[in-house]
Amino acid sequence: MPTLTIVYALLFYAATAMLVIGVGYKIYDYARTPAPLKIPTTPAPTTQAGVVWRMAREVVLFESLFKATKWTWIFGWVFHAALLLVLIRHLRYFQEPIWTIVALAQPFGMYAAFGMVIGLSGLWARRFLVDRVRYISTLSDHLMLALLLAIALSGLSMKYVAHTDIISLKAFMFGLMTFNWQPLPQDPLLLLHLFLVATLMTIFPISKLLHAPGLFFSPSRNQVDNPREHRYVSAWSAKLEQK
Amino acid sequence: MAAPTFEVPKLKEVSEVPRVQEGAMAHIRSFPASAAIQEAIGFPGQLVENWEEKAIEKMGDLLHNYRSFKVYLDSCVHCGACTDKCHYFLGTGDPKNMPVARQDLIRNVYRRHFTFAGKYFPKLVGAKDLTKDVLDQWYTYYNQCSECRRCSVFCPYGIDTAEITMAAKEILDTIGYGQKYTNEIIGKVQRIGNNLGLPGPALEDTLEGLEEDIEADTGVKVRLPLNQKGAEVLLVTPSADFFSEPHVESLIGYAKVFHAAGISWTLSTHASEAGNFGLFIGNYDTMRNIALRIREAALELGVKRIIVGECGHAWRVAYSFWNTLVGIGAGANDPFAIQLQQQLDPRYPAPQHICEFTYDLLKRGAITVDKSANDHRVITFHDSCNVARGSRMGDMPGGQFVIPREIIKMVANNYHDMGADTIGESTFCCGGGGGLLTDDLIELRVKGALPRMEALKRVADEHQVNFMATICAICKAQFSKVLPYYGFDMNMIGGVHQLVSTAIRLDQKQ
Repeated sequence: MPTLTIVYALLFYAATAMLVIGVGYKIYDYARTPAPLKIPTTPAPTTQAGVVWRMAREVVLFESLFKATKWTWIFGWVFHAALLLVLIRHLRYFQEPIWTIVALAQPFGMYAAFGMVIGLSGLWARRFLVDRVRYISTLSDHLMLALLLAIALSGLSMKYVAHTDIISLKAFMFGLMTFNWQPLPQDPLLLLHLFLVATLMTIFPISKLLHAPGLFFSPSRNQVDNPREHRYVSAWSAKLEQK
Repeated sequence: MAAPTFEVPKLKEVSEVPRVQEGAMAHIRSFPASAAIQEAIGFPGQLVENWEEKAIEKMGDLLHNYRSFKVYLDSCVHCGACTDKCHYFLGTGDPKNMPVARQDLIRNVYRRHFTFAGKYFPKLVGAKDLTKDVLDQWYTYYNQCSECRRCSVFCPYGIDTAEITMAAKEILDTIGYGQKYTNEIIGKVQRIGNNLGLPGPALEDTLEGLEEDIEADTGVKVRLPLNQKGAEVLLVTPSADFFSEPHVESLIGYAKVFHAAGISWTLSTHASEAGNFGLFIGNYDTMRNIALRIREAALELGVKRIIVGECGHAWRVAYSFWNTLVGIGAGANDPFAIQLQQQLDPRYPAPQHICEFTYDLLKRGAITVDKSANDHRVITFHDSCNVARGSRMGDMPGGQFVIPREIIKMVANNYHDMGADTIGESTFCCGGGGGLLTDDLIELRVKGALPRMEALKRVADEHQVNFMATICAICKAQFSKVLPYYGFDMNMIGGVHQLVSTAIRLDQKQ
């Protein structure tokens, strides 16, 4: 077994563990932390179903961002939608037979990476061109965009410039999942692409990528506006009643 | 009005986002609280010796107890959506008045002490140690946030800077670095029963005087009862309503509405304050203690309904928090809350806003008005931030925008809204909310009012608007002070019930 295969196999096990355990822990941590008061940003839905609908609009359409700034919205939305398509398309390297939805996404997914590049470029340009956004940008904000852009570009290169041995790659991935390791193609572009993806997975739970689970736990968005009708009490505020 | 020592912004035809001007408001520091003020409400009198350690410890506490604080510190991606949404940034150009930068003041310290990336790669993520300089910046800029939640409307993750500011003020108070204005007022309400420190006998005198004024004015004996056991309604209103102009005009309005509808009511000396500055400093216990006075007064007086007067943050606390804090509303199960629920009339929401009350009477024809009495006024309505984004009226989302406007249209003929992006959920803070309504912050207050002033100027030019109605004591006080800086008449600002007061017919009912 080539050393590189072993290194990458271990890298992906570690990255997956970090992603699953790290994000899992963060979700657990958010869930156990009480929200003592009703603070939905109003007007807010007065029913649970309404909250689900509000959250769906937020997650799928980025409703609040749309209200805020159309440029950031268009670049941000295009990037995320393209990323979703790309992720769905990539599922084919982890399954046999291939799910219908993955097959259906294939023709779109092939071009979606261009959407990622466009979206990321637009978002990055804002960090230089808009003085307010330039002021708040940190080194990690730039590096995060660089990382995502590098992932998109290395992926695109394998599709449109120098094909990689996709059959062997799929065998490698299946090997990882079944603990029956298979050799990884020694293609520099592929190695770069995989390394960057593993990096992204690793930093997910310790970076601003936490905005993904965070949104679902945002009290200003996920609370029902019914404080007069139903008393809302969290664990620690209930204790004050005993005083 | 004395000549300002700073440059008042020019009103522009089309509002512009200013260029970033670093440090533009760094010189504005609200007066810190004295030892006596701090200690009176249970905080250390001065900066404690091991303040850094204590501050981090308190931050850990808050992270443990407030999901909002924890999630909001983690979730920001620096997308910039909020950067042009804060009225204080729009009025000053100071980048630390951009919501994200304001949050980052504390987020950087959170990263340093509570996250892996900040502990091991501080430079990468902008993590910072809590130095005295950083602490002073917290004090400066968290006392330049009015907790109006406008940024939370536009944040893709709903990050509410008000929650961050409240947490910061809670930490600052805990280590003995509180703000004079807010903490002094909290002391007064806890000691005397209202924010103005108006004792019972003085309140009684004031109300008697008002009764005489109304009779002289209308020929009708309209009462303003105090501590009247067995009254139907307990009215809890901001204490500014008792003697500030134009607030008192709305108080007269409420009294006339009760009179015309034939519903008995009372004020209470024990609960002579609807405002609850505990909200502004993010201190749960303080907020609860102030709210408890309302429950005590309601039980003592045996009222059937609790109605809240025109006060923005008070209505947020009443509507959103009273039930949680002290069981005013449905469902609490401690003995006093159960007693209160048995006492209150279940046909009405508890608490109820005075606008909900008056709107219902107007709709039912239980009070009558002469709209033409307001014909000298061309009116617009300023949505107050806490009502707009932290509460509701009526039974549908957005009722807080509809009901006050409907009242105005039912009592007056000339009404025009300001620009759509400056009202409703996008309304701009008056510039004086969140514990900033103090003279030591006048420059901030004037500049922070800029977006509202520009919107007002447009309707004034286009429709000859000469009256801006609002339902918040802080908005009224702030605008009375700030309007003249922009060349407006200070009497342009007033309450919705001031308009009701002008139009209501006292002679025809019952």
